Amino acid sequence: MLLVTCPVCGAEGDETDFHFGGQAHIRRPATTNPEGITDQDQATYLFGRINPKGLHFERARCDRGCGKWFHIARDTMSMEIKAYYGITELPPPEIMAQAKGGWADYFAARTTEMKKSK
Amino acid sequence: MQAKTDLCYESDMLKPRYSIFSLARNAMNYHKDWERAWRSPEPKAEYDAVIVGAGGHGLATAYYLAKNHGMTNIAVVEKGWLGGGNTGRNTTIIRSNYLQDPSIAIYELARSLYEGLSQELNYNMMFSPRGVLMLCQTQHELRAFQRTAHANRLAGLDCRMVSPAEVKQIVPIINDDPNCRYPILGAYYQPRGGTGRHDAVAWGYARGADDMGVDIIQQCEVTGIQRDGGKVVGLETTRGVIKTKKIGVVTAGNVTTVMDMAGVRMPIESQCLQALVSEPIKPVIDCVVMANTVHGYMSQSDKGELVIGGGTDPYNNYSQRGSFPALEHTINALIETFPIISRLRMLRQWGGIVDMTGDRSPIIGKTPVDGLFVNCGWGTGGFKAIPGSGWVFADTIANDRPHPIAEPFSLGRFTEGRFIDESVAAAVAH
Repeated sequence: MLLVTCPVCGAEGDETDFHFGGQAHIRRPATTNPEGITDQDQATYLFGRINPKGLHFERARCDRGCGKWFHIARDTMSMEIKAYYGITELPPPEIMAQAKGGWADYFAARTTEMKKSK
Repeated sequence: MQAKTDLCYESDMLKPRYSIFSLARNAMNYHKDWERAWRSPEPKAEYDAVIVGAGGHGLATAYYLAKNHGMTNIAVVEKGWLGGGNTGRNTTIIRSNYLQDPSIAIYELARSLYEGLSQELNYNMMFSPRGVLMLCQTQHELRAFQRTAHANRLAGLDCRMVSPAEVKQIVPIINDDPNCRYPILGAYYQPRGGTGRHDAVAWGYARGADDMGVDIIQQCEVTGIQRDGGKVVGLETTRGVIKTKKIGVVTAGNVTTVMDMAGVRMPIESQCLQALVSEPIKPVIDCVVMANTVHGYMSQSDKGELVIGGGTDPYNNYSQRGSFPALEHTINALIETFPIISRLRMLRQWGGIVDMTGDRSPIIGKTPVDGLFVNCGWGTGGFKAIPGSGWVFADTIANDRPHPIAEPFSLGRFTEGRFIDESVAAAVAH
């Protein structure tokens, strides 16, 4: 059973006090590039999932406290929660650096994108 | 929809057959001389095809590749032990009363193959068509199952709606109080559904495949998929490189991990589904009861244990250990439905990692990589489909095109928006 602390209001509880919202950081491609998206992009957005064995990033909602959504970085093998962070934020850099596979690719792309926009 | 099967497959059996005589002969000798049911060969350098994952689906695929398509130079590689994943962790329910036509076709193929499987494989998998009763505990559920009943009867399935009085007759221990929170309003009944012995399904297929020359290589984890110009050329494993032009990935909850090695993103999330059994008691229930509104289902094994299952945990999990609230929820539901079991002690519990798709239907077929085939996404209800899934997947691999029954279940349906939506109709344990 997961023991969770809400990073927004500080409420502590077990997993039944929170609602899990699945994979984090899914972005609707049509929002940024409505002309350029392919059927494949849209399918990946709707159904493709980064589903790692190990470090994973997901959304959760503080059901019985403040009601806000937030992010959790959690290991899907050990169930250990590595970090909480805000719903508009990316993971802490030291946690992001541990990401592998699909998540490593995702964060690399996001970082490049952010550098470009600066 | 009777599947065409050859029930007389016994002429070229290499191993001695199991029979009452072999049992008596070995009993005389204190069971010291039983032959091994399958070999443990070293992997060869090259195979015509390699199946990844020696669970029920993988072994059935290998068996039908050898039997129906004459492909005997093939291997099944397994990182753990044969049948040690979801094949040995499910609650053994077999039924085919799904809503959508493609689902009915594949699950009914499987159910009808189960009927003759013990004879075909010369291995007793204890298929017990004891009937599956799906309770209707809300008006909505009643109407939804009536719709499924009509769809199923159009497809020729032997299923019918039963009244609350008949439910009580079939399952006398059920709570028929009309004033409880979720009263029984009726049920959807498939008398030809039932249970089977899950381990024996894996073992029977393994023995049958091994007999025809298929190499089953356990303790052999895949670490990479070698490709050359968009084509599969081999597998890297913990026991060396195996060359092959065709790979069938049948790894359930670990399918994302394996498919990532070939750069294919899957529409799958891996979650933990738990089950538990009670201490053995005298016979109290002789069919399978599924209470989908309250999230629990139950049957009684031949040993007398009540076999109980429920819903998945709400988050991704690869650990094969579930969380307590999910179990508690299941137990609550079953005590409400069967008050008689409230003081029963539970003997053991376990979890399996299930591969959930968005529409709760499986993915069977080709992938963007040439020579790489996938059979996954069976989620919380794969056991019932093993023979049918193996049958159509073997055909798909052998002929390099989807079998007609497998075709609707292609990976491409998520791009085309052509879903086989069973997430409502299939209820808890589909």
